[in-house]
Amino acid sequence: MIHVACKQHRELKVEMIKNGIVIDHIRPRRAIDVLRILGIDGSFGYALTIAMNVPSKHIGRKDILKVENRDIDTNEINKIAVIAPEATINIIKDHRVVKKEKVTLPETIVGIIQCPNPKCITNKEREPAESVFLVKQKEPLILRCKYCEREISSPIMLS
Amino acid sequence: MKWTKKHIISINDFSRDEIDFVLEKSELMEKKLKDSKTSSLMNGRILANLFFEPSTRTRMSFEVAMKRLGGMTVGFDDLSVSSEVKGETIADTIRVVSDYADVVVMRHPVEGSAMLASEYCNSPVINGGDGANQHPTQTLLDLYTIKKEFGGLDGLDLCIVGDLKYGRTVHSLTSAIEKYDVKLKFISPKELKAPRQMIKSLVDRRIPVKESTKLNLRDSDVVYVTRIQKERFPDPQEYMRVKDAFIIDQRSLEALRDTAIIMHPLPRVSEISAGVDETKYARYFEQAKNGIPVRMALLCLVSGIKFW
Ligand SMILES: [Zn+2]
Repeated sequence: MIHVACKQHRELKVEMIKNGIVIDHIRPRRAIDVLRILGIDGSFGYALTIAMNVPSKHIGRKDILKVENRDIDTNEINKIAVIAPEATINIIKDHRVVKKEKVTLPETIVGIIQCPNPKCITNKEREPAESVFLVKQKEPLILRCKYCEREISSPIMLS
Repeated sequence: MKWTKKHIISINDFSRDEIDFVLEKSELMEKKLKDSKTSSLMNGRILANLFFEPSTRTRMSFEVAMKRLGGMTVGFDDLSVSSEVKGETIADTIRVVSDYADVVVMRHPVEGSAMLASEYCNSPVINGGDGANQHPTQTLLDLYTIKKEFGGLDGLDLCIVGDLKYGRTVHSLTSAIEKYDVKLKFISPKELKAPRQMIKSLVDRRIPVKESTKLNLRDSDVVYVTRIQKERFPDPQEYMRVKDAFIIDQRSLEALRDTAIIMHPLPRVSEISAGVDETKYARYFEQAKNGIPVRMALLCLVSGIKFW
């Protein structure tokens, strides 16, 4: 079983895309969330490879995403950092990695996470309060809502 | 220390130095109050009391504080909140009031409302309670009461009794007191134990913590009592059993240190029996009274008025 996964992993690593992004070291089973952040669904018209739960030297098991003809911006990278803090992002141009960067968790996370407290002002529709979370601790992750001060460790993305 | 805070939103925004500064200035304010009942420090200034939720005690305390400083107050409370105001966003209400008043006190049931208000208000905002979240002036007057009694906060044994799970005053008091060198004992029914996160935070700061489900007031300097609310119990019989087990009466006082004090944020229901009121330990009425000099000091501080 493991042997198959390893083999598959190797193949995935070898097979490159011409232009696009490869997001590696995503926490296991979070690849789907990363796709949601990128706004990629079934209607995506280019090559998309998803590897889930493959063995990783660094984090035990990991997910990998390869997306053809897609760029990525800082806002998306910040969002990915919240759910996959170990992820690395490779920008591919003409079959070559032209840029490799590790995501980093910003100190304040604006407009990305849903506050789980139903009584929080950020969940009141008409008020102009955008979700703001402050990183209280990175390892293990603790975030605190700037408004209601609720502390969370497994953030849920705003839909 | 130089005072830099414009708004008073959460006790968690205060460093130990800032808390000490407020307590020191409150003491000075109380001395001034003894010399003369009123001053002209806030002459010509207007405080807006915006109470979207009733709290007669807090509203009156701010009103008295402002008037003793020679200022004026306007505002509304829950009963007088018109549907016009109720339908408006907090942000809009605040933008308008901000042009009328020199300082704003707000109580609102929505958590985080005070923080939002401060972002839309040109005048200083003081949080008078935002739902279950924060009520920073209560915590400061609690600390002031303790400091007044013992000269400081370091080295004290504190015992907190009642609803430790949901009680806002308990959570705020604990997150402030953990900045000091104290020992804590938490006494509550098992259903209302302190949140694990709160205990962990204390342990991380190397504060000795004991937890118990039996009322025992031995080895305490301060006993802080809070109300156990019926709504917290699905089974009314369970509530009755628990409620009676956590009543402070003259018998439970026997274990107390001679110099100990009993505090309560009020209103009290039955958790402290009336017989305790006349004992040398009771401080809860004085505690409420201490709210005046503390709020006077805070009103001056956020308004940039120097009184020392
Ligand atoms: Zn919140």
